[in-house]
Amino acid sequence: MHLILFIAFAGFCLAGAINLLLQSHPINSALSLIVVMTSLAVLYLLLGAEFLAAAQVIVYAGAIMVLFTFVVMLLNAGREERTMGSRTARAVGFPAVVAILGVLATVILQAQGLGLTGLRDGITSTEDLSRVLFTDLLLPFEVTSVLILIAILGAVALARHGDGDPPGTGERTRAK
Amino acid sequence: MSSFSQEVPLSWYLLLSALLFTLGVVGFLIKRNLITVFMSIELMLNAVNLSFVTFAHQWHAVKGQIFVFFVMMVAAAEAAVGLAIIIAIFRARATLAVDRIDLMKL
Repeated sequence: MHLILFIAFAGFCLAGAINLLLQSHPINSALSLIVVMTSLAVLYLLLGAEFLAAAQVIVYAGAIMVLFTFVVMLLNAGREERTMGSRTARAVGFPAVVAILGVLATVILQAQGLGLTGLRDGITSTEDLSRVLFTDLLLPFEVTSVLILIAILGAVALARHGDGDPPGTGERTRAK
Repeated sequence: MSSFSQEVPLSWYLLLSALLFTLGVVGFLIKRNLITVFMSIELMLNAVNLSFVTFAHQWHAVKGQIFVFFVMMVAAAEAAVGLAIIIAIFRARATLAVDRIDLMKL
């Protein structure tokens, strides 16, 4: 069962990622990225991370991808024109990609001590997770909330300052 | 019960993670649309998250999963700011093609 689920959803993942590269319209790429993220949520569940599976669906496949599709539609992004990219990308990038994959695959396949995983393995409960998160790691958690607040303010400030703003609106925006 | 005894080596999960990361890098290099380039970065983040969860499973470490949770939060913040920057660029240049947004290129 575990094997079947792994093969099916790993296949979905890879197919979605390859489709993201092949599609020329950004909205199709965004939809295939949603497929990748939802399949990854199932793989997290197979690895016993139930909270992360839920967060993956809600935060990634939900919130972030809605933001992406919203921007694609807002900017009316059309079909992209294919160019072959820069010379540097061709000369350095693609050999580097092959090298990264080769090194990673060699290291992973030679690694000793990596175990097996099956459906009988326990699930890390949300209770265990939150106990560590709200005792040992409370400070990083609170710092992240400040980070999110700053990101919201930055996004609002960036998106409001357009070319069409009459002079003086910047001050009003900052004062609010 | 025999179908439940099938087990998957954790190295397969790591290989899938490496493949997804490589596909993300390839997308970053070949895509010519600013939004799709940004999506490739998200794909790479997801690939790294998968290997984090795999290692957390291997060593029964809860903190590995919490790190993925933090990565998700930072990715949400990054997506909000990045998409706001893309909107600002589109307002200024009226294009999303990365070949035409090259003021900072050497």
